[in-house]
Amino acid sequence: MVKTPIYMDNHATTPCDRRVLDAMLPYFTDKFGNAASRNHSFGWEAEEGVDKARNQIANLVGAKSKEIVFTSGATESDNLAIKGIVEFYKDKGNHIITCVTEHKAVLDSCRALERQGKATVTYLPVDKYGMVDPDAVRRAITDKTVLISIMYANNEIGTIHPIAEIGKIAKEKGVVFHCDAVQAVGKIPVDVEKDGIDLLAMSGHKIYGPKGVGALYVRSKGPRVRLTPIIDGGGHERGMRSGTLNVTGIVGFGAACEIAGHEMAAEAARLTELRNRLQAGIFERLDEVYVNGHPTERLPGNLNVSFAYVEGESLLMGISDIAVSSGSACTSATLEPSYVIRALGINEELAHSSIRFGIGRFNTAEEVDYVSERVSKEVKRLREMSPLYEMAKDGVDLKSVQWKS
Amino acid sequence: MSYSDKVLDHYNNPRNVGSFAKDDPSVGTGVVGAPECGDVMKLQLRISDDGVIEDAKFKTFGCGSAIASSSYVTELVKGKKIDEAMAIKNTVIVKELNLPPVKIHCSVLAEDAIKAAITDWKKRKGDTREAAAAEPAKAHKG
Repeated sequence: MVKTPIYMDNHATTPCDRRVLDAMLPYFTDKFGNAASRNHSFGWEAEEGVDKARNQIANLVGAKSKEIVFTSGATESDNLAIKGIVEFYKDKGNHIITCVTEHKAVLDSCRALERQGKATVTYLPVDKYGMVDPDAVRRAITDKTVLISIMYANNEIGTIHPIAEIGKIAKEKGVVFHCDAVQAVGKIPVDVEKDGIDLLAMSGHKIYGPKGVGALYVRSKGPRVRLTPIIDGGGHERGMRSGTLNVTGIVGFGAACEIAGHEMAAEAARLTELRNRLQAGIFERLDEVYVNGHPTERLPGNLNVSFAYVEGESLLMGISDIAVSSGSACTSATLEPSYVIRALGINEELAHSSIRFGIGRFNTAEEVDYVSERVSKEVKRLREMSPLYEMAKDGVDLKSVQWKS
Repeated sequence: MSYSDKVLDHYNNPRNVGSFAKDDPSVGTGVVGAPECGDVMKLQLRISDDGVIEDAKFKTFGCGSAIASSSYVTELVKGKKIDEAMAIKNTVIVKELNLPPVKIHCSVLAEDAIKAAITDWKKRKGDTREAAAAEPAKAHKG
């Protein structure tokens, strides 16, 4: 018997790994110094912890340690990258290229700049698998383009973008390339050199590290990327991000990166197997189930599924002992389903029926089997209650119905 | 978001799920909402010749609050005269189920479903004057 509730929402956040916590603990109490204190051992000790973490993080993404700028999380990293570049390069141009399925931290940073009249933004569409076309990126570049911002892998549907191709185009055209790699770092190989990435946003808590810490990789050579800080103060992090360093968080983030790097190959294979097992378990029990996202180019632990004729939020309610996430945003005032799922061009009813499973380090095959059985049972119950399922079974084409809402 | 106990109860043990035969002349069917909005309710009422609701059944595609609202409505209307049922306001549903503000549309939809079902029944009875007011969704075989 599996222990419930089961946590299978590892794209939202992950539990802190015990090994990470152990690395952090001394920095709360004995090694509590301010890493910026240059004239006593307490400061040096804290700085040593930060330096080690900087190396661990840099190693995981093929960067140099001095290129890592610590932040409060990936949202801040995205803000710093986008707003910092636009401000710094304002004499060169004001055009940003991004994509409709980006995280809100990217989209809303772009929108804020548009609103302030500081930038014009091209939002590229995605194909039915949620992938952006590198040629579309190339075509969108103008002589005013100062930034391309495309995520490594999508947080809802797991689709991995052709980052190396986009990086190559950016380099050719001399445009800075920012990549929100929150879901990819530590899960799949990310290499800022091979991928041609100039700015890379990362987060601690998505890779079994603590919340409240993240980083922005800022390329130092070929080309040297410069940006205007969004937080001013003591000039920490080479002036790019002032504020006393979150030493405990940074130490934990570093430890999390080292563990993720060591275990990546084996863990990715294990997660892929579990994901396929979950998918097979659901598909053998139910008809009219559809996978959202790319069939092969996707994150190992990600499965996003639409269960036709069943509304996502009600399904979540029925499986309350399983923590997953719904693409339907029925709780928000807009009543609109996820903008990522909608961008795939699937019909609205299916968009309201999507569930995201995020399998992680601590999930087991037993849990996966429990989830596929439990979810399938609930979908069947809700379909018996669904007028849409009844109409479809009666041969009514739902598209031909004139709905009265 | 957490749900009230009453919403959970209706969701876990929905009352009167199902369908009556569509061609039964004593049955009025109301289908309201739209799949793209994430809510579709089908409410069917079996109504006696003298206008008393004898039985009710529902099917709902929607969130837990939408399912609970329609389940509750089937209990609420049974035994009521049609003019009493027509006068039911969504606020009664909001109060009974303790719906939060973001879920008020579910209760509005349930109120609309009652009106649509009764209107459909009247239309079937040949009373076209009142039926013109609220026409239920039309389904075409595809």
